[in-house]
Amino acid sequence: MPELDSAMLSRLLTSLTLGFHILFATLGVGVPLLISGAEWIGIRRKDNHYRILARRWTRGFVVTVAVGVVTGTCIGLQLSLLWPSFMEVAGQVIGLPLFLETFAFFFEAIFLGIYLYTWDRFENPYYHWLLSVPVVIGSTASAFFISTVNAFMNSPKGFKLDNGQITEIKPLIAMFNPATPTKASHVISTAYLTSAFVLAAITAFLILKKGNSEYYRKALHFTMVTAFVFAIATVVIGDFSGKYLAKYQPEKLAAAEWHFETEKGADLIVGGILGEDGEVKYGLHLPNFLSILAHGDPNAEVIGLNEFPEDETAPLFIHYLFDLMIGIGMFLAALSTVFLILSRWRQGWQHSKLILWTIVAAGPLALLAIEFGWIFSEVGRQPWILWHVMETVDGATTSEHVGAMFILFFALYVVLGWICISVLLKMFRNNPVETEFEQMDR
Amino acid sequence: MDIQILGITVLWIFLYGYLIVASIDFGAGFFAYYGKVTKRDDVINSIISRYLSPVWEVTNVFFVFFFVGLVGFFPKTAYYYGTALLVPGSIALVLLAIRGSFYAFGNYGAKDSHFYTFLYGATGLLIPASLSTALTISEGGFIDEKNGTVVFLVEELLTSFYSWAVVFLAIVSVLYISAMFLSFYASKAKDLKALELLRKYALFWSPPTILASFLVFLALKGHNEEHFNNMVDYSYFFILSFICFNIAVWLVYKNKRYGTAFIFVMLQFLFAFFGYGVSHLPYILYPYITIEAGFTNEAMGIALVIAFIAGLFLLIPSLFLLMRMFLFDAKYVEGNREK
Repeated sequence: MPELDSAMLSRLLTSLTLGFHILFATLGVGVPLLISGAEWIGIRRKDNHYRILARRWTRGFVVTVAVGVVTGTCIGLQLSLLWPSFMEVAGQVIGLPLFLETFAFFFEAIFLGIYLYTWDRFENPYYHWLLSVPVVIGSTASAFFISTVNAFMNSPKGFKLDNGQITEIKPLIAMFNPATPTKASHVISTAYLTSAFVLAAITAFLILKKGNSEYYRKALHFTMVTAFVFAIATVVIGDFSGKYLAKYQPEKLAAAEWHFETEKGADLIVGGILGEDGEVKYGLHLPNFLSILAHGDPNAEVIGLNEFPEDETAPLFIHYLFDLMIGIGMFLAALSTVFLILSRWRQGWQHSKLILWTIVAAGPLALLAIEFGWIFSEVGRQPWILWHVMETVDGATTSEHVGAMFILFFALYVVLGWICISVLLKMFRNNPVETEFEQMDR
Repeated sequence: MDIQILGITVLWIFLYGYLIVASIDFGAGFFAYYGKVTKRDDVINSIISRYLSPVWEVTNVFFVFFFVGLVGFFPKTAYYYGTALLVPGSIALVLLAIRGSFYAFGNYGAKDSHFYTFLYGATGLLIPASLSTALTISEGGFIDEKNGTVVFLVEELLTSFYSWAVVFLAIVSVLYISAMFLSFYASKAKDLKALELLRKYALFWSPPTILASFLVFLALKGHNEEHFNNMVDYSYFFILSFICFNIAVWLVYKNKRYGTAFIFVMLQFLFAFFGYGVSHLPYILYPYITIEAGFTNEAMGIALVIAFIAGLFLLIPSLFLLMRMFLFDAKYVEGNREK
């Protein structure tokens, strides 16, 4: 058992806050795109179904965005409170994207406020739709900027360290480090994918409970088409991410894949249990697939974990997280493909109970995949807070009160999560979609 | 101008912006709850929520902007403040989180929850008190550096006359600024009943505000004489501030020109805040961080300033649009727009 010192508690509190925040942040990035898309289709086709869809999504979105904003504020300050030494270094090198992120957030906050309170203000409905565009841009841009900060931690570039002194700082090189393209695009595409599946799951659940209607059919089709597009994007980007790892963080990939010996034509291990003697049991070996994943060549050499000192590699349980993340990703891609094929060639089959229940399950699974992916990514770079530059324990606070703060924030998130869910449920139960149509017709 | 001075000025402007918009917000929460308790919520609460709903998130961003900017421009502050403020900072965060999310739960979700309004009102007074500790600490005397670790002297803070004077000022000025603004908003909405009540609040909170300001001034003499003497050198800032205060209160007392009155409230705090800020220099955290030694490297400083200017080109028109739609749109302010 690792000791519960300030560094360990700081890690736990940071993971707690991020783990909670990331659910709301993911929806915060993705849902505006779907709202904007639905409103646009509604205006273009003069179809009130889509416009009401946009309104109802927005109403729920505001509640989740509030939790996203306050927990985002928490993690923003906790970075300095829990990791003062790290932030002293990072502030000098990576201050720019952190700063830009708040600009994007500012921009989004302003236009979200305007968007919410101007539904019926304009003669020309496109004006109101236009207000959603800065919200989409702002939320996506903040995801991009904050991802570059995380990418920097995985691949610190753009500075030199001489005896603890940081010199030759190049802010743009630090921001556009080698990890940035795969990291940022993966974060953004999975946020869109997950949001689409969460909204699809809600719709599918309502169809199962209240019966099918034209409104629900349109909502389900729209979310599943969006999900399909971003599932394909995620699969492609995921492949690039694997190749990035092989090149820049080989020990992270090796730990994720339980790949111990450096070899050519390496097998990919799916699932399995790691015995105490380092033997993998029950795993499914896909010949040469790891070489393909890492280098796009079935006979390429993949560096094994044994090449690295033991105290510089991540815990091996990340293999499970890696497999779960990829497994769910593949499942989401397959499900959205099947849905589209059925709705094109087997009209009506896509609304069968089996498919609908599978979609209901896919929503929470998508959120779980986000969690697994982030835990894999973050635990996978241990023991480093700055890859091969600063160890995590050296960045943590020395304060003695982290334990108490952990309990405080844990209680906060329980309360927030609980009330957020009950408010959302109450909101939609008390105001079913049918009354909304009546209001619009008046 | 030095890039350091530019950096701290940028941050100070944002902190000032936060001071004004957050005071309105914090005070409004208190008045909304007080209105509920005294059964006058039908009079003022629609005014309050009409203003707050579209802007509460923007208010929050001012705060985030300030601390991210501070760490960006002055990374050393992260080291000292980060270690020292873990407990008060976390408490302030929890309060902010409760306040922000419960506002959304109450206003966009479940309507009319007494408990939510109470939380919103109570946190509105506790947050300024806890955030003001950061300013108090910047005067020095509450942090000690021993064997390479920063120790926060909690007892010193809790027994200091100066720190309590600052807390007192923070709370009363929140109520004063907020009542002044809401009076303006009510007069704009032509809601005479709300105006009459809010005007009373504004006049009621004006003497304690100015009293508290003098108290902080005096307390500082005992706590950090160097800073106090600097403030005396810049006394014209504070004299201007006092003049603006008198004009603002006089206008409200005479029951006219509420818009102008609120501009003078803003000027009152602008002069006082910048007078305080200028006299605090060159220290950011006395005596550990000066703006010279604590400033980030040249390359990052320039990048941040460029980003800042580019960002302003985006923000200023957007903020202007927001104000035009919810502050200066007569129909919206009067409540004649549907949600």
